[in-house]
Amino acid sequence: MDKSGKKLISAARLTRYLVSGPPFIFLLLLFIAPSVIMVLASFRYPGEFGGLAPLAADPSTLHGITIETYQFFFSDFIYTEIFIKSILMSLATTFICLVMAYPLALLIALSPKQSRDLMVLLVILPFASNFLIRIYAWMIVLGPQSALNQLLNSMLHLFGIAPVQLLFSPFAVLVAMVYAHLPFMVLPLYTNLEKHDPYLLDAAQDLGANAWQRFWRVTFPLSLPGVFSGSALVFIPALGVFVIPEILGGTGDMLIGNLIKEQFLGTRDWPFGSTLSIMLTIAVLLIAWFTAKLGARRGRYV
Amino acid sequence: MAQLEIKNVTRRIGDFVAVNDVSLNIEAGEFFTLLGPSGSGKTTLLRMIAGFDLPDAGQILLNGKDLADTSPEKRPLHTVFQSYALFPHMTVVENITFPLKMSRCPPEETRKRLQEALEQVRLTGKAEKYPHELSGGEKQRVALARGLINRPRLLLLDESLAALDAKLREEVQVELINLQRDVGITFIFVTHAQTEALALSHRIAVMNQGRVEQVDEPSKLYGFPRNRFVADFIGHINMIAAQVIESTHSHVRLAVPGLGEITAPSLPDASAGEQGTFSIRPEQVRIGMHDEPAELKNHFAGTVHSLLYQGDVSVYRVKLADGVMIEALLPNSTPGRAELFEVGDAVKVGWRHDAGMFLHG
Repeated sequence: MDKSGKKLISAARLTRYLVSGPPFIFLLLLFIAPSVIMVLASFRYPGEFGGLAPLAADPSTLHGITIETYQFFFSDFIYTEIFIKSILMSLATTFICLVMAYPLALLIALSPKQSRDLMVLLVILPFASNFLIRIYAWMIVLGPQSALNQLLNSMLHLFGIAPVQLLFSPFAVLVAMVYAHLPFMVLPLYTNLEKHDPYLLDAAQDLGANAWQRFWRVTFPLSLPGVFSGSALVFIPALGVFVIPEILGGTGDMLIGNLIKEQFLGTRDWPFGSTLSIMLTIAVLLIAWFTAKLGARRGRYV
Repeated sequence: MAQLEIKNVTRRIGDFVAVNDVSLNIEAGEFFTLLGPSGSGKTTLLRMIAGFDLPDAGQILLNGKDLADTSPEKRPLHTVFQSYALFPHMTVVENITFPLKMSRCPPEETRKRLQEALEQVRLTGKAEKYPHELSGGEKQRVALARGLINRPRLLLLDESLAALDAKLREEVQVELINLQRDVGITFIFVTHAQTEALALSHRIAVMNQGRVEQVDEPSKLYGFPRNRFVADFIGHINMIAAQVIESTHSHVRLAVPGLGEITAPSLPDASAGEQGTFSIRPEQVRIGMHDEPAELKNHFAGTVHSLLYQGDVSVYRVKLADGVMIEALLPNSTPGRAELFEVGDAVKVGWRHDAGMFLHG
């Protein structure tokens, strides 16, 4: 290769670094650094009025480095229980979102090209209004005076069942969780389904597959990458949610998100809050690793 | 009774008549080709046979039974799509056995047929590969094996060679002929490539604007096109406007303005005074410097206008009196002599009295 060719290549490489550099540094500083700070904080004692106790100070107070928070986490099963409850709630949210989003995404993908953009717009339109306000709106929809709750209770009355309260229950939390995360499932599914070659379905039908077989043997397996990315986009944020249980849940419906928030803003125990969020990160990474393994086995053809 | 009968089938798409009153009979074991330019209705017709589209009028009968109420998955025929439509998430084996799985074929039988099919299309070594790991030719063979494995009555092939490069296509043509002969299944092949159609088919239906122009064996179609469209679409042909002077049982005499008289084989329904077209294939036209073509009944003087060297043959365009252009094709049988004549050379062209033909219109 001549000199100018080499120069061109190094210029291209430089451009690549210049373009990818800023986002890389951004992620490094705002993701890695806080995580490291969290890990360090989890081995400290809480400060008297929040924050962290100094590493070296008056010997009469707690200071220095400790693994007390971790011992504390495992000493009481209640924390593990909240973790399990949160994971189950997120799994339920993910599953319901998947079941609801799939037909919708399929419908959009099969619609004529002109109307697809409008339908996608409708899916993301709720983002145009404030998240908190939308969650408060569910208070009205599910509240004891709401038409929905009254209708439900009068129906239950017909069958001789005692009236129920929808608001401040795990049900209300689940409804709002599904509501809030549904678009994150619809979009990746739609993006995947839209790219399917329609001739594959013709071929399957031609070779003897009925509608049910065409879906389960062709459409669904081919959409698995979309299913996995949609599930990750719903499951991971759902695990950290604290606003929804706080507004719509009852006293017993606390999730990890609430617990962590409580450590920082309520009891002001930063080290324990840090420990909880490290545990959450580990749980998410484990689940992500597991799904990635599952996805890799299915996705060899890609 | 023919295996597949297409009776007066019409299909309209909006105002456009895609298929216009088409009737065809296709015999069992035949390699039948629907040939036509794009938009001629051949693919629409194929999709109606497969069941993806339904005729607005007319009937499609398989072994005497109307297919109208049979959905595509229940029709005893398979399609090989232009893009092959192999399932990307399935291996070669899973693709090929897909139809057997759908018909709940017992595992013993499936294994046996799979082995046969893999050997038949020479893919034994690629059994566990995914479609994206295969070459174009291999993909095509997988699609064929998949279409043939549960022994359909008919195999429909939709431009199935179009995605292959020219060299490979020729090889695949030979394979396809052999395969069809071995399995004995009726093939209905759709193509716009006339050389492919001539090479592969037992019979060809030439389609144009939704209608069938002519159904014949390849050699008849090439040698005796029924009208100007077929003559022009199949191969190359010289066409000269002419008027009938005299029509006898043995020949017709034609007058070409500015050129003179041409004698051509007889055409039963040609009558004196009729305006039409005289057509002759370039390879039937002789070309020479001296008087050799002059011994022929039809001969004219002209000058070489241009030439196209194509390796195996050279095509000369000769300008005759009154601007009439004639193409003559000469094989380059002697090595190294690419050009027998130069542009501007005065030459004579001629052809036998029984070559060429008069066409109506």
